[in-house]
Amino acid sequence: MLRVLSAFAIGLVFGTGILVSGMGNPAKVLNFFDVAGTWDPSLAFVMGGALVVTAIGYRLVFRMHEPLFATGFSLPTRQDLDMKLLGGSAVFGIGWGMSGFCPGGLVPVLGIGLGIGLTGPLLTAAAIAAGMLAARWTSRLVSSGQPASA
Amino acid sequence: MTEFTPLQSLAGGLLIGFAAVALMATLGRIAGISGVVNGLLTLKLNQDWAWRAAFAAGMVLSPLVFLGLTGRLPEISVPSSPTLLIAGGFLIGAGVTFGSGCTSGHGVCGMSRLSIRSIVATLTFMATAGVTVFLIRHVIGG
Repeated sequence: MLRVLSAFAIGLVFGTGILVSGMGNPAKVLNFFDVAGTWDPSLAFVMGGALVVTAIGYRLVFRMHEPLFATGFSLPTRQDLDMKLLGGSAVFGIGWGMSGFCPGGLVPVLGIGLGIGLTGPLLTAAAIAAGMLAARWTSRLVSSGQPASA
Repeated sequence: MTEFTPLQSLAGGLLIGFAAVALMATLGRIAGISGVVNGLLTLKLNQDWAWRAAFAAGMVLSPLVFLGLTGRLPEISVPSSPTLLIAGGFLIGAGVTFGSGCTSGHGVCGMSRLSIRSIVATLTFMATAGVTVFLIRHVIGG
């Protein structure tokens, strides 16, 4: 129960941060990338602020023996660069540039979309879910017949 | 045009960072939103599903916190056409699944741990997003 309650509270804070920062506003996100046009550099401050807090905060947290409500930290350990990482990231960026939404920016805006009937965020969310499932099934098809990868 | 908002954006970034640290301190998890959402798309409703659903529910309800703090809803303006949103959304979903993360997981959590995979992933998706916006606004649209 503590796990679920803390996850909910942290989700509220994360989402509020997204909305305060402007990451949930596609017009602002697209202008951040439009250096040659109506450039709005605000989002560099989002990334800067988040990185400083996380870099320092993680260091302090990793001094703890364990997280408060879990056994052990779940951290990715891979160090290699592969085509899946590069290709997937490249494709994500194209979609981000087309829509102005990244997953973190979109989820809080879904609440607004549901609340006041904005269809754009809902369409984007449905398409993201479809893309995730399609990628999952493609991976399964490709890896079936081969030994399971890590 | 959108207004340059360095202080607001910085404040939002600090909150995002605080939430990422809090999730690591309590549940020992990376605050990667694409991973959270991907983990919800399953029929195995176990403990991991429960914290992800709670986290996502908190995010979806966060506009109410914003409303309580400021007395208004945040400004959301969606310039892209429905076609661009659907095609873009599909590419986002497929891309973050193959690329194992997005702006939050790679860009904030991974980069702050100096993960080489996250640094390369972030540089890659920032670059392709920039090129895409340039093409749409100044080549195709111009």
